[in-house]
Amino acid sequence: MAVPTYAGPLERTWYYAFRFICALIFFFLIAPILVVVPLSFNAEPYFTFTREMLTFDPDGYSLRWYRDFWTSDSWMSSIRNSFLIATGATVVATVLGTLAALGLSRSHMPFRATIMGILISPMIVPLIISAAGMFFFYSRIGLAQTYLGIILAHAALGTPFVVITVTATLSGFDYSLTRAAANLGADPTTTFFKVTMPLILPGVISGALFAFITSLDEVVIVLFLASVEQRTIPREMWSGIREAISPTILAVATILITISVLLLVSLEFLRRRNERLRGIRE
Amino acid sequence: MPLLAFLLAFMVLPIGGMLRLAISNGELGSAMPATTEALRAWDGQGVPPEAVVAGFAAELRAAREARALGPVAQRLNNAHPGDRSLVQGAARRLPDEPDGDWRATLAGIDEAWGEPRIWRSLQAASAPWTDLYLLQALDLERDADGDIASVRDDRAIYRSILGRTFLISLVVTLACLAIGYPLAYKLASLPPRIANPLTILVLLPFWTSLLVRSAAWIVVLQREGPINEALLALGIVDEPVQLVFNRIGVYIAMTHVLLPFMVLPLLSVMRSIPPSHMRAALSLGATPLEAFVRVYLPQTRAGIGAGCLLVFILAIGYYITPALVGGAADQMISYFVAFFTIQTVNWGMAAALGSILLAATLVLYLIYARLVGIDRLRLG
Repeated sequence: MAVPTYAGPLERTWYYAFRFICALIFFFLIAPILVVVPLSFNAEPYFTFTREMLTFDPDGYSLRWYRDFWTSDSWMSSIRNSFLIATGATVVATVLGTLAALGLSRSHMPFRATIMGILISPMIVPLIISAAGMFFFYSRIGLAQTYLGIILAHAALGTPFVVITVTATLSGFDYSLTRAAANLGADPTTTFFKVTMPLILPGVISGALFAFITSLDEVVIVLFLASVEQRTIPREMWSGIREAISPTILAVATILITISVLLLVSLEFLRRRNERLRGIRE
Repeated sequence: MPLLAFLLAFMVLPIGGMLRLAISNGELGSAMPATTEALRAWDGQGVPPEAVVAGFAAELRAAREARALGPVAQRLNNAHPGDRSLVQGAARRLPDEPDGDWRATLAGIDEAWGEPRIWRSLQAASAPWTDLYLLQALDLERDADGDIASVRDDRAIYRSILGRTFLISLVVTLACLAIGYPLAYKLASLPPRIANPLTILVLLPFWTSLLVRSAAWIVVLQREGPINEALLALGIVDEPVQLVFNRIGVYIAMTHVLLPFMVLPLLSVMRSIPPSHMRAALSLGATPLEAFVRVYLPQTRAGIGAGCLLVFILAIGYYITPALVGGAADQMISYFVAFFTIQTVNWGMAAALGSILLAATLVLYLIYARLVGIDRLRLG
């Protein structure tokens, strides 16, 4: 929307002022990221831009914090833990969430609103409450400080995302397709894997991505439930920030930012594919 | 419904268990069953009769030998700081045989045992349920007559924590609205070709790890950080401004973290408003401001409500960002839930504060569900 030709000087000024305000807001949104990425290549153990960096002198930049990260045992074990827990939680959340969404999409489901409310409650209840509740409960049944406990807790947090995304995909689902498959002699399992699954796959995958990233980024539950052995990347960052903040954290942050950009782009791709498949044009 | 069973087992049950902890009172009953029985029957006047006190002394020794005294001492200490050492001291110095009678013996160890107060505390701890923690969380207590009263000002801290939590959430919500509204407006009015990449830009912080963003804000706002250096270089300030580890840092970082939750609902509402409405208002002679206030703004009310509620709900439960970016005076309820759970092991208090937070969240959530509908909860 450009300025109309009939606009007066005041409107013109306002238009450009507004544009400037929006640019400022965008800057605010991405500023921290813009600062963290270059600083992670700092050759000095400081958190400020050195003179060498500002003049783009190659000596001012280095990969030493990435080497630090790569050679540190605690960071490496935290990566293993993070991916182990996130993968486990994603599998549990995706399977259960997809089944639940399929069940909920049937129109004759009783107490639909109540069930939906419970299913997405992990997203609404403050994390600290879930974490404290799980801490009390898991300590009693011996799941605290185990991988299984954390995986189950993260799976519970991830399910709402799967339920929501799969439900959204199912809203455009044509049920005559499954009836047609059954009519042609496919048993329910074959129908599910050959007909339903390929169609709702984008929703399932984006839900799984949400669940994965939720687990990967989660620190409160890990703080309560994990022992030193199960420390994840965010947990390691948490102590890094609280105790001695070193530029290694910025290197880790840059890597995580890269991962989230990749995930975001793939999600956007999935969304477009889904819309194209369903014949929705923008 | 396997998911329902799973969530009931690993989500609802733990939270329910936590709510129970807020009012549970079983410590004395499991360590000293006979005393608990006797105290429930006691009329609460003066010091209990010798038989009760003798039973208490016997069970005190038994509990100490069985190493079961800790929870009882903790429970009494939760209600009245200092009682832990009183109980532990009495258990340690308890003679095998009474010096005269048990009442005098205990009073000889510490005068407090000769006064009615500690016995009334024990009696309060013998009830199956207690409102102690919930009252404490609101800076209330039961006075000597058993009536509910406010605690003395120097011990009242929780009301100010609750107030602070709501204040911070409110400021953050308003800041998100002030920043998010023009942003969403701009995004909605741009053609999709430009708007889509920009929307991704809005979503990017949303997808970046919370810890990464908190760490980034600490770096940006610190005394030697880019903002302070820019301010110094421009001559706006003479010395670095303290921007982080205080309230300002919390506001800035939390607004940044929660902004996408405001922009997304606003955007979905604004995209549905045809631009012809504004043009019609303008051509009918309204000034741009008038057209905006009377035509555009009312149509976005649903989005404003949804965004504000969502941001507020998320803000009151926030733990990570304030804990990292804030100072000691900027911590919200969540921090104290964690503090009581992990550091002081006053689980009853943690659960009581958690219950209040949960209740506030659920009320807001119900309003949200009424206003927006949970089915409309979308992710980007």
